Amino acid sequence: MSDRPMIEVRDVTRSYGNFKALDNASLTIREGEFFSLLGPSGCGKTTLLRMIAGFDTPTNGAILIDGQKMAGIPANRRPTNMVFQSYAIFPHLNVEQNVGYGLKRLRLEKAEEKRRVDEALAQVELGGLGRRGAGELSGGQRQRVALARALVMRPKVLLLDEPLSALDKKLREQMQVELRHLQQSVGITFVLVTHDQYEALAMSDRIAVMFGGRIAQVDTPKQVYQRPVNRQVADFLGGMNFVRARIVGEAEGHIVVDTPGFGQVRAERPRQFAPSNGSATLGIRPERLRVLWDEETAKHQVSGTVVDRHYFGEITHLVVEIPGFEAPLSVTETNNFGADDIPVGAPIRLAYDPDALVAMAD
Amino acid sequence: MNAVLRRAAINWLPAYAALYILFLYGPVLLLPLFSVNDSATPTLPFAGFTWKWYEQLWGNREMINAAWNSVRVGLAAAILSTVLGICGARAVTRYRFAGKRAMSGLIMAPLVLPEIIVAISLLLVLLAFGMSLSLVTVTLGHVLICLPYSMVVLMSGFEGFDRSLEEASADLGETAFGTFRRVTLPMVAPAILASLLVSFTISFDEFIVAFFLSGTDPTLPIYIWGQLRFASRLPAVLALGTIMLIGSFLLVTIAELLRRRAVARTKTDGGLFV
Repeated sequence: MSDRPMIEVRDVTRSYGNFKALDNASLTIREGEFFSLLGPSGCGKTTLLRMIAGFDTPTNGAILIDGQKMAGIPANRRPTNMVFQSYAIFPHLNVEQNVGYGLKRLRLEKAEEKRRVDEALAQVELGGLGRRGAGELSGGQRQRVALARALVMRPKVLLLDEPLSALDKKLREQMQVELRHLQQSVGITFVLVTHDQYEALAMSDRIAVMFGGRIAQVDTPKQVYQRPVNRQVADFLGGMNFVRARIVGEAEGHIVVDTPGFGQVRAERPRQFAPSNGSATLGIRPERLRVLWDEETAKHQVSGTVVDRHYFGEITHLVVEIPGFEAPLSVTETNNFGADDIPVGAPIRLAYDPDALVAMAD
Repeated sequence: MNAVLRRAAINWLPAYAALYILFLYGPVLLLPLFSVNDSATPTLPFAGFTWKWYEQLWGNREMINAAWNSVRVGLAAAILSTVLGICGARAVTRYRFAGKRAMSGLIMAPLVLPEIIVAISLLLVLLAFGMSLSLVTVTLGHVLICLPYSMVVLMSGFEGFDRSLEEASADLGETAFGTFRRVTLPMVAPAILASLLVSFTISFDEFIVAFFLSGTDPTLPIYIWGQLRFASRLPAVLALGTIMLIGSFLLVTIAELLRRRAVARTKTDGGLFV
């Protein structure tokens, strides 16, 4: 990965009548990066991907690929290739013909064309299946053919539109790992559209989280998960406990907030922050709260009562009421110490790391 | 009591179905039988086997002319209704637009409109426009009759045509024309061929519209109708009818096989149902 920008999206808006599918979006994707566009359906992620591919045109703004403006350049002359959600395998062609479809236009020598098709099939571990008909492939195999067909073109950017959503859970997780390895070995810039936060977290170098046509946050997986800029982003990426906090002090890059349970906390100043009414939201992920057993104590702890318990096999989900909090805290605890045996109604103490508390805009 | 009735129904239903089929196809099957019967009148018992009625057909210039007229009308009507059908079927299966339901309904209407009404209306309009009746007017009338059939066949071929296939082709560098040639055409070709065959078959043996709209050149069904006035020519008509029956059956069968192939081809479920 380099710092050279591969895709630049500059103030791009896409309107359909009064509806803005994408609203003044800007971002830069670096060369060799695995970049994900993450958000719920209708957030504009697919619209943005299709505009990069050339299947849709921005109403306003510009898209640059490798420094070149893409306005007026149709999909067939862009240095991008796409893996479609439906895979779009040509049903009248076999695997080899599907993969070689784009090469035909390059008028390569027969042997060279064959070598590149075989190479691409080997890359996606489909070696030897070249003669298979499109109708004789499993879901996972179709996905690999679609991938090989795009990679064989050696694009500057590979676009993936929810490529794993049609696969079952096990295969999906296996493909996540494979896709990540593949991307690292070919070094091509990957742009993935997904609504699955785990997929985005597991595969990406950076993630753009989108809502309602706007880009809410662009960051590394760890940052978007641990330091979400607002409640919406925090919520979309997984469980999060929210506590209302009073701002009692401000310093360079930091704010000091006060809550009934956590006391005074010095937190990183949220990026989308308008200190208007003197309050902020403090958040902590359920797994960042730890059950304290017996006589064990911690420097930072809160105490309360277990009001509900849900068993999930490897973890147990506890709901704990803390005096002074408007809502009970969710806690996830691994089951190796007996969290699954804590009775409802029992008193409980929870340890936390103040660094795990994140201040957010509402 | 109920059980008795049910058992009676179970026993009798196959017999009823067999009788039904017999009434439906029995008369049609008599046609080839009498066409090889060595007798000038189609009556039982059979007088003996002969090919002579078929041999007579070859020497009949009028018949050959009428058949040639029908072939020309059939080809023209098939091509026209298929071209129009491609446009219509693609619009209906691909785009959303105001009045879409009304439009597809109206295209299908000739299926159930009384043909004689259609024929008379067309005659009035064509005459009002000052067009003289000829094979051209017959062809135009046949396009109207064939179009719903073309639409049905083509729509089943186009439906489920995943739009992303054309996008994938463009994405892989192919031009719009190249995409049409390498993806769209091969996938819908069986449906197009099926539509051509079905329209040709329908036009070839259509009588009412042809009767009203033809000028001095008769089509084959009109020729046959004219021959029926002469009892002596009946066996030859039966022979001709047999040839048409077998021909139509073959063409429609091929068309249906092609249509099914087209449907199977356009199916591209992305692993969801695999």
